[in-house]
Amino acid sequence: MCLGIPGQVIEFFDETDQLAKVEVTGVKRNINVGLVRDEGLEIGDWVLIHVGFAMSIIDEDEASTAMEGLQLLGEQFDTEVEEIAASRIE
Amino acid sequence: MRFVDEYRDPDLARALSAKISTLAEPGRHYKLMEVCGGHTHAIYRFGVHDFLPETVELVHGPGCPVCVIPMGRVDDGMAIAERNPDVILTCFGDMMRVPGSNGSFLDGNARGADIRMVYSPLDALRIARQNPDRQVIFYAIGFETTAPSTALTLVRAKREGITNFSVFCNHVTIIPAIKAILDSPDLRLDAFVGPGHVSTVIGCRPYEFIPRDHGKPLVCAGFEPLDVLQAIEMIMRQLADGRAEVENQYARIVPWDGNRQALATMADVFELRPYFEWRGLGFISHSALKLSQRYADFDTELRYDVPGVRVADPKSCQCGEVLKGVLKPWECKVFGTACTPETPIGTCMVSSEGACAAYYNYGRYAKKRLPLHV
Ligand code: SF4
Repeated sequence: MCLGIPGQVIEFFDETDQLAKVEVTGVKRNINVGLVRDEGLEIGDWVLIHVGFAMSIIDEDEASTAMEGLQLLGEQFDTEVEEIAASRIE
Repeated sequence: MRFVDEYRDPDLARALSAKISTLAEPGRHYKLMEVCGGHTHAIYRFGVHDFLPETVELVHGPGCPVCVIPMGRVDDGMAIAERNPDVILTCFGDMMRVPGSNGSFLDGNARGADIRMVYSPLDALRIARQNPDRQVIFYAIGFETTAPSTALTLVRAKREGITNFSVFCNHVTIIPAIKAILDSPDLRLDAFVGPGHVSTVIGCRPYEFIPRDHGKPLVCAGFEPLDVLQAIEMIMRQLADGRAEVENQYARIVPWDGNRQALATMADVFELRPYFEWRGLGFISHSALKLSQRYADFDTELRYDVPGVRVADPKSCQCGEVLKGVLKPWECKVFGTACTPETPIGTCMVSSEGACAAYYNYGRYAKKRLPLHV
C-alpha cells in the first residue's frame, strides 16, 4: 500500500474522471492521474502508483530502480501485483 | 554475503557504511527513528543494520497504517457489516487480517458478513455502482499517502450523485504522531529518517519544527536500501557538524512543497478530528481526518449507528511499545510463539510494514549472518 509501484502511461481515456490506462508489470490497468496531470504528464511517461492513483511522475531510470527494489521484496511485491491485477477501475 | 550482493551498487553501499562509521563519535550511542513502515520493511529485508556500526541503532516508528488502527475501530467496522445485511464493507488487503475483539474481517466473512478486499477506493466506488441495491462502505486507512485517493474518490462519488457509497474514515496524519513520540518521556532519539511517500504529498516543510524546536535532524528518504543508507549518512554528517536541518535525500520524488493538488483536495474533503485513538499511542489530538461538512452525506459514521467503544489491547500485546520504538519486536513476550503472521495477536504482525512481521520474516536470520567486513 505504501511502497508504490511504477507504471507507464499508455492512454488517457477519460478527461472528466482523469483516468488513464497504464501498464504495470505487463498488465494493463486503469488508474486516476488527477494528482499529476498538471505537471505535464504525457503518454509514455512513468508514474509511481499508490492504490490506483498516480502520485508522482518519475523518470525511466527511477522506474526500473524502483521495480528492481520491489521485486527483491518478494512476497509483498507478488501481493501488490495480484491486487493490481484484480483491480477494475472504470 | 547474499545481502550485499543484492544491493544495486555494493561498492557504494560499502562506501556509505564506511563513512557512517567515521562520522560516529567514539563512545556515543545514536538512536535514529525510521518513521515509515516501508523503511522498516526495507531495513530488515536488506539487512541495513549490517552496514551500521553497533553504536548506530535504528528504532522503528509508528508509520505503518495498519499497525496504528485500534481494536475499537476494527470492531466498529465489523459491527456495521454484521448488523446491516445490505452492507458490503470494502478495505485494503492488509486490513482483512487485523484482529478485533470479535476476530478479523476474515472471521466476519466466515460468519456471513460481506467484507471484500479492494486494491483502490475507486474499486469500492465501482462496486457501489454495480450494486445499486446494496450499501457500499470503504473502510479507509492510511497516512497522507492514501488520504488523497480517498478524497478524490469522494469528489467523484459526489459529482456522480452515487448515494449508496460512504467512507468509514480512519485516515491519520504523520506530524502529530511524530510530535507524540518527541514528547514521550521513554525515548531519547537523535534524529529521524523521514517517510518518503507521505512526503510526496505533504512536502518537507511540515517537518521544520523538528530541528527548530527539538534540535533534531530529519532526512526524507527513498525506499531502496541505498537510499536509507544515504539518508543515515546525511543524518550522521549533520550530527557530526552539530547541525539540525530538514534535508531531502529523495528529492527525485519528493517536492519540497508537496503535491498542491492533493493537499487542496484533502482540505476540501476532510477536516481534522479533535482527537483520535492510535493503537498503543493512545489518544492524540488533531491526528486524524474525518469527512468535512461538505461530504457529510458520505460519512459512514453519520449514516450508521457505530458502537465507538474503546477496546483495550489484549494483555499480552506490546504493540504500543513497539510502535513507539521503546521495545524491539523480539522483546515482546508473545513474539514468534503465540503471535506470528499466521496467527497475529497484534497489528504489527499483520502488515508486512509492521516491525514485528518484518523482523519475523527477515530479521530472525540476521543474527545468523556473518559480520560484514567493509
Ligand atoms: S509480537 Fe505480536 S503482540 Fe507482540 S508487539 Fe509484535 S504484533 Fe504486538
